[in-house]
Amino acid sequence: MATDVKKKPAKRAPKTNAIGLEKGEYRGRPSTLCKGCGHDSISARITNAVWERGLSMNQVIKMSGIGCSSKTPAYFLGESHGFNSVHGRMPSVTTGALVANRTLKAVGVSGDGDTASIGIGQFKHAVRRNLPMVYIVENNGVYGLTKGQFSATADQGQRLKYSGVNELPPLDICLEALAASATFVARSFAGDAKQIDALLQAALSHRGMAVIDIISPCVTFNNHDTSTKSYGWGKDNEIPIHELNYVPHYEEIEIDDYDDEIEVKMHDGSYLVLKKLDEDYDPTDKINAIQTLEEAHKAQKMLTGLFYVDESQPDTMELLNMVDEPLSSLPEERMRPTREALAAVMATF
Amino acid sequence: MSTLVQDAPVNADAKSQIVNDFNINVATANGSGSQTSNLVLIRALFEMGIPVTGKNFFPSNIQGLPTWYQMRLSKEGYFARRDGIEITVCMNPATVAEDMETTIPGGIVLYDDSLPIANHRKDITFFPMPVKALVKEADLPHSLKSYVANFVYVGVLAALLDIEMDEIKKALDWQFDGKEKPIAMNYNMATAGYDWAIANIENGQPYRVERMSGFNEGKILIDGNTAAGIGALAHGVQLMAWYPITPSSSVADAINTYAPQLRTDPDTGKATYAVIQAEDELAAIGMVIGAGWAGARAMTSTAGPGISLMAEFAGLSQFAEIPAVIWDIQRMGPSTGLPTRTCQSDIQSAYNLSHGDSRHPVLFPSSPEECFEMAGDAFDLAERLQTLVFVLSDLDLGMNLWTADPFDFPEKPMDRGKVLSEEDLNELKGQWGRFVDKDGDGIGYRTIPGNKHRSAAYFTRGTGHNEYAVYSERPDDWENNLDRLRRKFDTARKIAPQPEIFDNDKAEIGIISLGSIHPAVVEARDRMSAAGVETSYLRLRSLPISQSVIDFINKYGVLYIVENNYDGQLRGILQNEVPARAANMIQMSKCDGMPVSARWITEAITTHVE
Repeated sequence: MATDVKKKPAKRAPKTNAIGLEKGEYRGRPSTLCKGCGHDSISARITNAVWERGLSMNQVIKMSGIGCSSKTPAYFLGESHGFNSVHGRMPSVTTGALVANRTLKAVGVSGDGDTASIGIGQFKHAVRRNLPMVYIVENNGVYGLTKGQFSATADQGQRLKYSGVNELPPLDICLEALAASATFVARSFAGDAKQIDALLQAALSHRGMAVIDIISPCVTFNNHDTSTKSYGWGKDNEIPIHELNYVPHYEEIEIDDYDDEIEVKMHDGSYLVLKKLDEDYDPTDKINAIQTLEEAHKAQKMLTGLFYVDESQPDTMELLNMVDEPLSSLPEERMRPTREALAAVMATF
Repeated sequence: MSTLVQDAPVNADAKSQIVNDFNINVATANGSGSQTSNLVLIRALFEMGIPVTGKNFFPSNIQGLPTWYQMRLSKEGYFARRDGIEITVCMNPATVAEDMETTIPGGIVLYDDSLPIANHRKDITFFPMPVKALVKEADLPHSLKSYVANFVYVGVLAALLDIEMDEIKKALDWQFDGKEKPIAMNYNMATAGYDWAIANIENGQPYRVERMSGFNEGKILIDGNTAAGIGALAHGVQLMAWYPITPSSSVADAINTYAPQLRTDPDTGKATYAVIQAEDELAAIGMVIGAGWAGARAMTSTAGPGISLMAEFAGLSQFAEIPAVIWDIQRMGPSTGLPTRTCQSDIQSAYNLSHGDSRHPVLFPSSPEECFEMAGDAFDLAERLQTLVFVLSDLDLGMNLWTADPFDFPEKPMDRGKVLSEEDLNELKGQWGRFVDKDGDGIGYRTIPGNKHRSAAYFTRGTGHNEYAVYSERPDDWENNLDRLRRKFDTARKIAPQPEIFDNDKAEIGIISLGSIHPAVVEARDRMSAAGVETSYLRLRSLPISQSVIDFINKYGVLYIVENNYDGQLRGILQNEVPARAANMIQMSKCDGMPVSARWITEAITTHVE
């Protein structure tokens, strides 16, 4: 028998990550979104990024608000705790969760309604605090679950079947983030898996909040070719400002002085290598980032890539000066004052 | 001249003297620094052993609007607000006419002699004080003049009432934490007022203080919000997320003040807690719920408008079953209402906050000691029941000074509730359901994010779900879930703080009240008893009510539900809970922005009894 086995060609071992798990194990429940929804592609990218990083799923929390995008955390990383909270309030819930356990990696998924309409306040304040999390906006310019109303990122002058014409200018999530002193601002397109992969890896290494605004077409309500949030438009008009490659901290990087490459060292020692394309773009120049986004907006260009990164700013948890271990793991005696300290306070009254 | 006061107080007609039993009302302008002088006065009286409470009636304003500080001295140890002002100190031109009018006949009025006076009441005694002249003589820095000037009335009152100047000095030491310069400046001003009064006033007025014993020994003066903050720190708060709002901000102030001393990790010097001033109340409660979900003890403090904003999250906490604690320091509503006036008008909105069939346990502290204790009870209950717990204090309890026992170190171990560890899950071979009611008390077992077992994770949502936390729209899942939540609420009845019951065998009527009204009820019952009206009394300490409350309701033919709101909110809840006795419950509610007085309760009940 044994010899028989030996003779058979070895069955190819399934590919596993650094902690010995197959990618399939990082799956969630089956998606209930519309077939072809951009959000499902993004879920696949998140699954891939966490798997590839070799993160244990129980080190990750999946956070969301309300909406189509916010349902997606059920559809990836089945062994991660997930929290589908209330509309527009994912940032505050995530803040609390990270205070309780600062060792967790938070991956937040939001939508354009959840972030740019009802949640713009919490979004900007979490950005301002540099809350350490990956904040993904699955941006389709439309409310899907309530059947096709305009969101705050909808194009001015856009026409939708039931909602008529949108008279108002859009909010640009990347510009809003920059105005709120964001430290990592990127845009991508749901159809650009390679770019999303690199951005997610860099985001997972970032010190503070990584905002990734991903244009994610709504195949049901906003996918006609004139919409800047459609597959057709995205495929024809996406202009990456650079080609992104992520180099993990455990792989050696050769720092070359090639004129057409920029390396950004992330907080955890990894690198993001940006290969210049047509544009001569420096992602550490904030003024340039704002100008580039404004000009792209005017010219109706869909620029994608990492617009801005700054690894020098402390994140919320650093500023709170808490003990290193999770507060949630502290035993009772470390959650109380000493008898002497309480008595000393009482003696001051 | 000084002999009149210092050496021979007995020379005054001893029979007409009123000792340690009167009200002093100090009328000033907001922001004029009178808080310091009033706190020094009350501390001096307290250290003389006199039972005393101080209530600040202040405007929603930074500077300039009228403010009053009322001190009640009560040798019998009653701490409720008492109607009637015996001694008025007028320092505010804007209200001087009204302040003189509200003094009782036979009372006295001290006033800054530069104020425009047009009162000619013959039934009160006026004492003009040369505030400007004394301040001028003191040669103070210009910027401090108006602040220090308040110490003139401190000195004059000390001379008139026999308050010991030594205690004024000690109170100043305490107030300024030993800082010599301000202590000396203010003490010199008080002494100038004192000396002037001794030299110039013939002290025939009847009010005196005398050192006494039996009440204040071993006690402290503290406000409820400070007690709540220290209580939270002593009972393990790990996240305080809050947004400034009167009258709750001083809960956060207390935590910020005492946390470094009480909760710094001795080994690393780092904090075992976090305090975050959120961008609004929605974010504050969102942070609390996120932290509770991830296994930390978290709370927020707010007031009525804040709980309105928190409503959606309140329902999430209940339905997704996440521990959270909200301290609501109640103020007048509806709407913005009167931000700096007290009431108990959030009872119903807290109990049922949020849409759908929402309900939450609510605790009612009635003293600083209970603010301290209930800070722990609230966390224990929230974690045991995996739900939002309210603590309803109010402006009167929260911001005014009360006499209290110093807080003891909590001996009761924390109750962290039903949490499955990695080891537990190993034993269960990973088989568990988040909302399975294994113990029949309506409470499931939860896991905390970060648990390394591969079956630990579950998906938390405010949408419909089955016992395994999986999305479900099935009618039976929905009903089973709400039935279980009802069972859980019934568990809350048994484990929430039980009422304090004062049964009186001779009584045929019962009083039910709660919170900061307690001292007024105690005093009113004594008064009524003295007049032959015997009462029993139940002080409610939590909702939902327990069997002992139902028993009390069933025992008495007439029940007066005494509360500080307009609609009789507690009565409404009790009528709903015990409908068979609804007609026996009489609404006895008062809502004018003032703490309820014993006189009002006495009159309202005796009038009804008659």
